[in-house]
Amino acid sequence: MGSECGPTVLLVHGFGCDQNLWRHVVEELRSEFRLMLIDLVGSGSSDPKAWNSTKYSSLAGYAADILEILDDLDLRDVVFVGHSVSAMIGVLASISDPSRFAKLVLLTPSPCYIDDDGYRGGFSASDIDELLESLEQNYLGWSQAMAPVIMGTPDRPDLQDELAETFCRTDPECARVFARTTFLSDNRTDLPQVSLPTLVIECAQDAIAPREVGAFVNTHIPGSRKVTLDAAGHCPHVSAPVDTAAAIAAFARLT
Amino acid sequence: MTDHTVEDYWEHAPSGQVIADPDGRMIRANATLLGWLGHDPNTLSGKPFTDLLTVSGRILYDTHFGPLLNMGGELNGVTVDMVTADGRRLPMFLTANVKTDADRRPEFLRISIVDASDRRAYEVDLLQARQQAEREQGRVREFAETLRRALLPPVLSPPAGLDAAEFYYTASVDDVGGDFYDLFPLSHTTWGFFLGDVSGKGVDAAVVTSLTRYSLRAAAVYDGDPIEVLHNLNTVLSQELGGELNRFCTLIYGKLTRSDDGFDVHLASGGHPPPLLFYADGSAYYVDTIGGQAVGITSEPHFVASRFVLAPGDTLVLYTDGLTEASTGVGRERYDDEGALLRFAKAHSPASASAIVEAVSGLLEALGSGVEDDTAVLAFGVPPAR
Repeated sequence: MGSECGPTVLLVHGFGCDQNLWRHVVEELRSEFRLMLIDLVGSGSSDPKAWNSTKYSSLAGYAADILEILDDLDLRDVVFVGHSVSAMIGVLASISDPSRFAKLVLLTPSPCYIDDDGYRGGFSASDIDELLESLEQNYLGWSQAMAPVIMGTPDRPDLQDELAETFCRTDPECARVFARTTFLSDNRTDLPQVSLPTLVIECAQDAIAPREVGAFVNTHIPGSRKVTLDAAGHCPHVSAPVDTAAAIAAFARLT
Repeated sequence: MTDHTVEDYWEHAPSGQVIADPDGRMIRANATLLGWLGHDPNTLSGKPFTDLLTVSGRILYDTHFGPLLNMGGELNGVTVDMVTADGRRLPMFLTANVKTDADRRPEFLRISIVDASDRRAYEVDLLQARQQAEREQGRVREFAETLRRALLPPVLSPPAGLDAAEFYYTASVDDVGGDFYDLFPLSHTTWGFFLGDVSGKGVDAAVVTSLTRYSLRAAAVYDGDPIEVLHNLNTVLSQELGGELNRFCTLIYGKLTRSDDGFDVHLASGGHPPPLLFYADGSAYYVDTIGGQAVGITSEPHFVASRFVLAPGDTLVLYTDGLTEASTGVGRERYDDEGALLRFAKAHSPASASAIVEAVSGLLEALGSGVEDDTAVLAFGVPPAR
C-alpha cells in the first residue's frame, strides 16, 4: 500500500498484537512511501499451520521468514522498520543478507532484556521468569482478557469495523514461545556486525527498553543515529504516531 | 448534586481511579487507590501508570493492554498485579477507556481498578480444575487402552501352514468396545478360533467380554462341536448375568483341522454377520450362517453351523458390525446397506490374510469418523501352492 514510486518501507510488529499497531503511522507515511506490513508467524492473522515451536524458539527463525518474504517478492533497498523484538529480527536478517536492505529503523529496540555484568537491560532473570510463569499459569485469564476488547469501541466507531477480529488475540501457546524467545534472547554481539545505515528511535520513558539500552544499541551499531521521542511507554507508534512517523520518514527519505 | 459530592465520589469511590496521558503517564489518582497502594498523594503525578504494576504486569501492559486501549478505545477487565509502596502484591482488574478530542485523537485515559483477589482465586481454581480434568481424562484413556488390550490376544499363534492376520479399530479412545477374538491350539491337529461383539460398550461390556472369552476357551476343550460350545456359552451367560445386565453377544466360534493340503473349517454362528470366503480362483462368497440367534438372549437359542475346506490360496475373513454399520456420510446410509462389502471382497479376491486385513483397515480409515463402533477383523489364509 501507499505510494507506488517511493522507497519501500517494511513495518514489522514486536511481541504483542500485530500489524494493526502501525495503523496511525501508516496514515502518516502512505503518501510518500511504498508500505509493506506483515504479521509474524504466531501473531495476528498469520496462518496457524505455519507455526513451529522449534523454529520460533530463536529469533533466527523469524529473521529467516523476513528474508524469505523479500526473496519471494525479489525486493531490494528495503527500509526495514522493526518494533521491539523485531528490531533485533531485522538486525539478524540484515547481517545474514544485507543486499535486500537499504536501511534499518529500530523502534524501541533492546538487544538483551536481562541485566548482565556491566550491562543494564532493565530486568533481572527472575523478572523474566515471573513473566514466563505468569504467561504459563495464567493462560485462562490471558486468552479471555483479550477477547472483550475487540467487540465494542463506542467512542471510536471509526476503528470498530476495521480492527480485525484477530487483533491482539495471540494463541496462548504461541505467546508463551514468543515471550520466551523475545525476553531470553541476547543479540549484543550481533550489533557491531550491522553494516547498514541505522536509526534507533527510543522513548523518553520506556520500562521495557530504557534509555541506557537505546544508548547501548546506538553505541554498538557503527555509524548509527538515535532519536529520542518525548513519549512514554514501549509503543510510540501507537501513543505518539505523528512524531514516530516523522522520525521514520526523515531517515527513510535521506539519501 | 453538588460538585463537592462528585469530588467526594471521585476520591472515595469503591474502586481505584486514574486519569493518565495517552502514553500512560499519570495525571491524577484517587484516594482509594493511594490508600490501597500506600502512596502519598502527589508522588504519582507524571509517573508512568505501569510503575504501579509488577514487572510482568508492566510488560503485559506495555505490549498488549496499552496498545489495545489506544487502538480500540477500551480495555475491559484485564487482570494485573499491582505493587504497594511496601512491596505487597494486589491482584486487580483494570477497566479503561479513552477520552478523545474532536479529531478523535486520544486526549487522556480513564482507568478504573477493582480488587480481584476473590475472582483470581476462582480463576486459579478453575484452571486447576481444568488441568485436573485433563489428567483424569488421560487416566481414563490409559485405563481403557489397557483394558482393551487385555481383552485381545497379545499375538496370534497360527498353526504351521496357515497365515493369520488381525486388525482392531478403536472408535473411541475414551471407551472400551465389546469386540473380541482369539486363535488357540486345541490339539496337535486342531485349533479353535472365535470373533464376536458384546452389545454396548464400557465397563459392563468389558465384563461380559471377559466372561465370554474364558467360557469359550474352557468350553472348547470340553466339547469340540462348535454348536455345543455356543450352547455352553449361552448357559454361562444366562446364569452369570441373569438378564440383569441386559447384555448379549453375537459371535462366530469355529475349529480348524489340518487336512491333506489345507484346513477343514467347522464353525457355528450365534447371530453374527457372516464371514467372507476369498477363493484362490478370485471368487468371493459369504459363508452360509443365516438364521442363528445371538448368545445370552433366550434359554433355548438356535445356532447354525457350516463346514467347508480352506485350500491353498483360500482365505477366511471374520469381522464385526462396526464395519458394515459404519455411516457413509450420505444421509443415514450404512456402509453395507447395498451389498458394498461383498463387492469389496470380489474386487480384492484372491487375497492373502495380511493383504485383506490391510485392505479392510484402509477401508475403515477411509470411512473415518463414520465408524462409530469398534471393529475387529480376523483373517486366516492357506498360502497358495508353489
